[in-house]
Amino acid sequence: MTLESRTVTGGIVVGDYRRFLTLTWTLAVIEWKVRFYGSVLGYVWQLGRPFAFFGVIYVVFTQVIDLGSDVKNYGVYILFALVLFNFFAEVTNACVRSLLTRENLLRKISFPRLAIPMSVTLTGLFNLGGTLVAVFIFAAISGVYPDFSWLQLVPLVFLLAVLACGVGMLLSVLFVRYRDVEPIWEVFTQILFYATPVLYVTTLVDPCCRQEYTLQPLASIMVQMRHAVVDGTAPTLAAELGHDWLILVPVMIVAGAFALGLWAFNREAPKIAEYL
Amino acid sequence: MGAAPLAVSVEEAQKTFRIPHQQYHTIKERALHPFRSRSYDEFHALTDVSLGVQRGEFFGVVGRNGSGKSTLLKCIAGIYQLDGGTISVEGRLSPFIELGVGFNPDLAAEDNVVINAVMMGLSRAEARRRFEEVVAFAELEEFVDLKLKNYSSGMTVRLGFAVATQVDADVLLVDEVLAVGDASFQQKCFEVFQRLKDAGKTIVLVTHDMGLVERFCDRAMLIERGRVVSVGDPHDIGVLYNQVNFGTLAPDLPVAATGERPVDIRTCRVEVAGEPVGEVPHGETLDVVFEARFAERVEHPVFGVLLRNEAGQTVVATTTAWSQRETGVFDAGETATVRLQLDAWFGPGRYSITPSVARQGLGSDMLDLRENMATVILSSTRDSGGLIDPPHRFDIERAQVRTP
Repeated sequence: MTLESRTVTGGIVVGDYRRFLTLTWTLAVIEWKVRFYGSVLGYVWQLGRPFAFFGVIYVVFTQVIDLGSDVKNYGVYILFALVLFNFFAEVTNACVRSLLTRENLLRKISFPRLAIPMSVTLTGLFNLGGTLVAVFIFAAISGVYPDFSWLQLVPLVFLLAVLACGVGMLLSVLFVRYRDVEPIWEVFTQILFYATPVLYVTTLVDPCCRQEYTLQPLASIMVQMRHAVVDGTAPTLAAELGHDWLILVPVMIVAGAFALGLWAFNREAPKIAEYL
Repeated sequence: MGAAPLAVSVEEAQKTFRIPHQQYHTIKERALHPFRSRSYDEFHALTDVSLGVQRGEFFGVVGRNGSGKSTLLKCIAGIYQLDGGTISVEGRLSPFIELGVGFNPDLAAEDNVVINAVMMGLSRAEARRRFEEVVAFAELEEFVDLKLKNYSSGMTVRLGFAVATQVDADVLLVDEVLAVGDASFQQKCFEVFQRLKDAGKTIVLVTHDMGLVERFCDRAMLIERGRVVSVGDPHDIGVLYNQVNFGTLAPDLPVAATGERPVDIRTCRVEVAGEPVGEVPHGETLDVVFEARFAERVEHPVFGVLLRNEAGQTVVATTTAWSQRETGVFDAGETATVRLQLDAWFGPGRYSITPSVARQGLGSDMLDLRENMATVILSSTRDSGGLIDPPHRFDIERAQVRTP
């Protein structure tokens, strides 16, 4: 007999790992499909929307305001930074309500709860992928062409996704207990937006506290992205921080945020169905 | 192993929900009332619930709304955590307790089948491969491209049930199915249940439908206010359930010396034009047919039929005592087929049928009574809201206006 006995617990990863991955993938794909449901152009909007949006940003910041005549490829930098920041903002804000909106699943079926914040992150990555295609085209039009250094985008996006997922996990379980999390996080996202070099570049920040400022993981990612993608002459993250080993600080913050999120989620997961 | 192995065993399960007197969801409220939020009512959803379901057994759990039966099922499924006691399950457990979990109204059948199947543990490739089969079973071939929100509730349930049949688990937990669906589909569902039962699967079914429990379950359990009232023969549990549910004391049935009932109502069904049906269109003439086997000689027994609607209200209650006293003399071993013909002038809904046989005379010397032995769905193109909807006619005349 190959019967296995188990005691029901309902933790975060019940059953096999494969089911967890399949579930995460399926939930993400469905969410992504539903997004453009009912629109005539459908997936065209995946590219069309950022294109229209970038057009505005590009014209405003390179022609109208013209902040960055001394910053190389300023418009392209804003596009990349904006897209990466939007990914972070979208994932974390979508995570806040993610458990509540999937109440019908949580209360009716036992499955690895972790699949929910993970799938939200994955849907965010799908959107990011689509949007980046539009950014690449814009960059090419502006004279910034792909290079091998662009491959650095892969670990950068990975770090960003880990950070977003960690924060998202924490927010999602906090929201179940405290509904204030939603407005608080919206405001906090705004603060982060201005605390991150999206509309400006770090080299414009007051030198007195530039190092501390750059230790913030979102800022670190933008700095390295600028060097790798937009302007090879811009300082690398290591140069900006002064010491190579200081790069570990933002990486540790990302890892710490993920660990904290996972711990909180793990703690709350078995009881989530009851608290909703 | 000595005794038959247990597929599901629950020992002294405790589950308590804390219901705060007022929900404090915001930090401000919590800060303003740091102590008040501590006050809550404890709701004991499950108290010392113990049960053992044997492998291959079809086990029914019945109880009123809020009795704790669904909580028990959710605890077994691992959706809720117990506060005390243990639950152990042998073999693969179907993780779902309701049909169509994860259905998205904005997507067509295929996406929904995939997501539902994946939720239940199938791989995406497997879900896709079985899609044709699922759609064929659900009889929805013509509607595959339709968005789910355009499906009728019956179609949605059919799709959900069809996917559920694809899950290969050893232990299935099923909560309240078959509430919708037409007669032919219900028949299919019964066949699936029978097939699962024959395949030696363990099934725990939560339902209100005593007919279903008596038809399929080997044993049943009545749960009330979080406590197990009784576990035993489905028929006995059915009688007990009605006592609890309707507050009416079902009669104690006499048991003959042989241990057999003097009369045994074996089957009960609804027919239209001689064909057994599960659904009757409004206004149609239907026959309630039941067969009673006599274990002893009974002279002119009184046959009765009771029709109750979903709310438990008795809509029709009639016996042969009102119309014909001479029903015949039945010897031991004989079977009577009783046929009650009436026009279905009731409002749309689900009706349960309780057939009975009693001895002639004053007072009810009940020989056999089967609470809610069969059910029938009355369909109608309109729902007037009335309990009954008999044929009627309006006549409107204009009052004579005096001409000048």
